[in-house]
Amino acid sequence: MYRYDFYDQTLVDQRVTQFRDQMHRYRSGRLGEEEFRPLRLQNGLYIQKHAPMLRIAIPYGMLAGYQLRALAAITRRYDRGYGHFTTRQNLQLNWPALEDIPDILADLAKVQMHAIQTSGNCIRNTTSDQFAGIAGDEVEDPRPWCELIRQWSTLHPEFAYLPRKFKIAVSGASEDRAAIQVHDIGLRFWRNAEGELRIKVLAGGGLGRTPMIGDVVREDLPWQHLLTYLEACVRVYNQFGRRDNKFKARIKILVKALGIEEFRRRAEEEWMHLKDGPQTLNQSAVDAAKDHFPEPQRRAVAESAVDAYEQLRSENRGFARFVTNNVTAHKVRGYKAVTLSLKRREHAPGDITADQMDAVADLADRYSFGEMRVTHEQNLVLSDVPVDEMQALWQELDALGMANPTVGTLNDIICCPGGDYCGLANAVSIPIAQALQERFENLDFLYDLGPLDLNISGCMNACGHHHVGHIGILGVDKKGEEYYQISIGGNSTDDASLGKILGPSFFREDVPDVVEKVLDVYVAERHDDERFLDTYRRIGLKPFKERVYAQ
Amino acid sequence: MPSNHSAVNALQTDEVEAITVQANHLIVRGELADVNAWCVSYAEEALPEQRPAFVPLALWQRHSADEELAPLMVSDTLINDSLAAELRQATAIAIDFPVFTDGRGYTLARLLRERFGYQGEVRAVGDVLVDQLDYMRRCGFTAMALRLDQHPEDALRAMNAISVHYQPDVEQHQALFERRHPQPAEQAMLEID
Repeated sequence: MYRYDFYDQTLVDQRVTQFRDQMHRYRSGRLGEEEFRPLRLQNGLYIQKHAPMLRIAIPYGMLAGYQLRALAAITRRYDRGYGHFTTRQNLQLNWPALEDIPDILADLAKVQMHAIQTSGNCIRNTTSDQFAGIAGDEVEDPRPWCELIRQWSTLHPEFAYLPRKFKIAVSGASEDRAAIQVHDIGLRFWRNAEGELRIKVLAGGGLGRTPMIGDVVREDLPWQHLLTYLEACVRVYNQFGRRDNKFKARIKILVKALGIEEFRRRAEEEWMHLKDGPQTLNQSAVDAAKDHFPEPQRRAVAESAVDAYEQLRSENRGFARFVTNNVTAHKVRGYKAVTLSLKRREHAPGDITADQMDAVADLADRYSFGEMRVTHEQNLVLSDVPVDEMQALWQELDALGMANPTVGTLNDIICCPGGDYCGLANAVSIPIAQALQERFENLDFLYDLGPLDLNISGCMNACGHHHVGHIGILGVDKKGEEYYQISIGGNSTDDASLGKILGPSFFREDVPDVVEKVLDVYVAERHDDERFLDTYRRIGLKPFKERVYAQ
Repeated sequence: MPSNHSAVNALQTDEVEAITVQANHLIVRGELADVNAWCVSYAEEALPEQRPAFVPLALWQRHSADEELAPLMVSDTLINDSLAAELRQATAIAIDFPVFTDGRGYTLARLLRERFGYQGEVRAVGDVLVDQLDYMRRCGFTAMALRLDQHPEDALRAMNAISVHYQPDVEQHQALFERRHPQPAEQAMLEID
């Protein structure tokens, strides 16, 4: 877990004082609405449908127990006792009062947190792999690098007024769990034949109204040049990205317009000037960042305990279901990562109450070295649980309602806040998620379907990442009525693809029936244990279309 | 849009009228200026009567021997080596912010300073707001002509709000990662209760 030093703390403290001053000028009329807008956005503050919304940064998803407790206290004191984890590993408060925001930011600063650049046309929170540091397929722990990127991008003097928002994702494993192909810049660490660390740099991916898969700018960037190369890419974007139309202002439009060769030529030309400059990383800077992410002091887990764990798994069906779906392999034998499901019908996907936050912080302290990760699927992960404590943890989670053995299934829906909260939304999304969770709650059916991502966005800004859901649902507005467009075949991992729209959109009440028909086609057509995605790729859109729109 | 800004738009026609920023809205090297002799003219063909004046780049290039004129660059200007060589003779360079959300001027200033080694005054003009000045200074602006509705006392306070900068910039040539390790004992990692 990154711990602030004097410099980091001074910066967030001064940022609070600065924002207090800006808020004061705004409230006293010295700072106009338009002029205040980017300032508040770059401190995470939106003006929403019913109330302001505050988006709190959880850098690359890493969260400590003491921080989650502080968040619980903040939601009780300033909000309605709950928060919402987003698809960008952040936490949103839905009901804070405008005048309280500086005090909330001050409370966050006390636990080394902030809301800097969680919104606005700037470089946003860098996201990463929720299994960073513990995954068996990891080449390089991305967290120290994410922290270096966080620092480089925080209050960068040149990039506070970019054409549009800018999102970076980093993966250090052979399997991409950070969706790097659908980010403005995606970074992937790998090692060459000589064992040297290299970075593959992608640019121009993204969702939103023009979804695109990123192109490779450079395959083999030596790690020393990470920051200078990012600076070159963002500078080219700052100079040449469109500013005349906000719907065409993302870097993906620039990359598409120039072509990847020309974008690469400009980025490399810029980089030639910046290369070996003062932002060039050296071993001591990287080592200093790595010191913040040591291996936890894991105790030895006896082989007999591993055997007992497997034994329990074969005997106890409930435990077996939990382990199969919510427990992930760990690079250290005897340890596992556990995903806490925040998907229940009673709550919006990703929502967590203050009491649950306190309880989870307590579990993290007792079972997993006091740390958690927030996933882009809107769940929480305890990353270092010894197998001989798994049963006890499972029982505690069950009592909290966070042991739903449905992680990775159709029921593990990714969903934006939608029309219930968001000022941008065309349609509600949470009630759709709830209706689907209600329709498809039979566990045997869910398991039979296998891994299935169902993603819902309430508008084409795509916060619910509907384009990369195996099944994607998009709320659209037609003459003031809410309709839902359904696409299939999207995927955000290594073989990333964008979903294809089935056809004309549907009424809200018909969505569960339509999804059921799509699933019927899959179940009828699949070969053996073929995934939904593979069946779709083999048979194409047509059979799904025919079934759904049959008269 | 604030009144000053619409005035700027009106001046992009060919009428020759120059905007003078009062000295009490001009910040030079972190302090309010005592005097401001320079006006800004956006007329692309005709020279303003008032002098000295910042005039559009192309117009200045045709009159670059006139020491009472200096170039005004629009935000999408691309600087290459030959332009940079010409600009070296300029007493000062103004970079226009047509709207405050146009961030290209920051890159332009940095390029002038860091790549092309320009030593004279670089002045931000146009839609220049209180809360942008610190970024501007770090990118190499040495003078900022505030939009007329801005409060200079707010500006002087806002400029110094943040003292910690992670990145190197025009004023500070080392990244923070170079400066903080090894760190003095009193600046060691902070513990949380």
